[in-house]
Amino acid sequence: MTRGRLRVVDPGPLTLTVDAGRRGMARWGVAPGGPFDRAASDRANALVGNDPAAATLEVLLGPLVLEATRAAVVAVTGPAAVRVGDLPVEVERPFAVPAGARLTVRAVGGARVWLAVAGGVDVPPVLGSRSRDTLAGLGPSPLAAGDVLPVGDAISPDRYAAAGQPSAVAVQHRVGASGSLAVELPVLPPPRPETLAPTAWDDLLRCAWTVAAECDRVAIRLRGEPALAAPEASAASEGLVAGAVQLPPSGLPLVFGPDHPLTGGYPVIGVVTASGLGELAQLRPGDGVRFVPR
Amino acid sequence: MSAGRPEDAQAVALRPYGEDALLVDVPDAERARALGRRLVAELPGLVVDAVPSAVSVLVRLAPGWPTEHARDVVAGLVAGPAADVAGPAADPAGAVVEIPVAYDGADLAEVAARCGLTPAEVVQRHTARTYTAAFAGFAPGFVYLEGLDPLLVLPRRDDPRTRVPAGSVAIAADHTAVYPRESPGGWHLLGRTDVAMFDAAADPPARVRPGDRVRFVAVNLDVDAAVDAAVDAGAGAGR
Repeated sequence: MTRGRLRVVDPGPLTLTVDAGRRGMARWGVAPGGPFDRAASDRANALVGNDPAAATLEVLLGPLVLEATRAAVVAVTGPAAVRVGDLPVEVERPFAVPAGARLTVRAVGGARVWLAVAGGVDVPPVLGSRSRDTLAGLGPSPLAAGDVLPVGDAISPDRYAAAGQPSAVAVQHRVGASGSLAVELPVLPPPRPETLAPTAWDDLLRCAWTVAAECDRVAIRLRGEPALAAPEASAASEGLVAGAVQLPPSGLPLVFGPDHPLTGGYPVIGVVTASGLGELAQLRPGDGVRFVPR
Repeated sequence: MSAGRPEDAQAVALRPYGEDALLVDVPDAERARALGRRLVAELPGLVVDAVPSAVSVLVRLAPGWPTEHARDVVAGLVAGPAADVAGPAADPAGAVVEIPVAYDGADLAEVAARCGLTPAEVVQRHTARTYTAAFAGFAPGFVYLEGLDPLLVLPRRDDPRTRVPAGSVAIAADHTAVYPRESPGGWHLLGRTDVAMFDAAADPPARVRPGDRVRFVAVNLDVDAAVDAAVDAGAGAGR
């Protein structure tokens, strides 16, 4: 029996498959990975009645253009503009894509959106996951024009009921005069405060930061004045988490995303929460960031 | 600051690390490996992964657990009577992995000069030791190897390279390692190996796993000629 497929007409700048990520792989040096905004990817899956483990597509900027070989049910979450053919469709709720129709997805007022198709994106898993790890070069390759993505059967209809009403996008951006975003990232204290300068936490919270050009799924680097006092000694390498705010010798912090290195050796001065990671996923160079204690 | 005095397991520090993780301080990588194995094996509903290092175990928790509760459960295991944090921790029998190396690395001459040795003496000291694979990190297949000759201990490079070739055999601080794939890096490059350190399609995917022992074997006998060639080639890239 043949199931539907999604043909990639145009992948946009970078479209990746993501799922719950890799568990229990640390001993091989493999980090968990997964969606930049786990809640948004989960929401997309729930809206089309997918099993939580189904793979979604994480679309950077777009436009991503797909063609359905058979009728498909799709949902897009995050700050997106979506068209089926020439018709705009609502985000944050399921819709049908007729056989042969083209689906166009762009990010609007943010950087990333998530697309779920009923049944899940059924590319072959690598080390137990369909997530692309951009740092490790692991997992399904980024989408390329001409790719044909199999649609799976990871349906779990009771999940659709649990998805409830379409929610407004949780992230309430305050768009500045320049059109760039100004976001507040909820941050928890660092795990080893005793190794940091006594003022490190206050300085992190006080400064207004700007997203630097180097921002991807590995890390979002920040610029700001004044740079923070970098610690004298480099710390021993130890495990990292997505959301860890690291302070390299430059004194300019970076926030690790889902494809962070498994371990790191520079001091960690705070840890952004999961909801903060969802905000982080939307940042583009030039956007403004403040850290707020949670 | 290590809190794991053997006679006082209660003093082991558990540090919240964001919403879904804890850091447990340990005295060394061997105990970190042992504790990580136990946490994953004994608390499958709570612990989704453990990341050992030389100073700690990062415990990743299944989302949704109240941090206080998770802390109590993990603390109970860490401080329990059978806790490996305070006791001996034998690794499951590890393999001895031999890695052939062409010692012609871009930093070999500089490392020799800074250590007051000749390049040949650096190679002799690097190949004389049997290293212990302490913990995995940085990238898939990258394993921190313990047991470096104290004479070869140097801080990381001040100017990390943006591109270190795959297979590079390198040293930094008191560790040595092989770069599994091309990546940025701040370690001192001594040579290169053809051994594939990581293959996602293989089982197990990593050539060296934590707990294994590793020996490096020189495949080029005339190290000085290799160093001269590297210098002639302007191999001090990034300088």
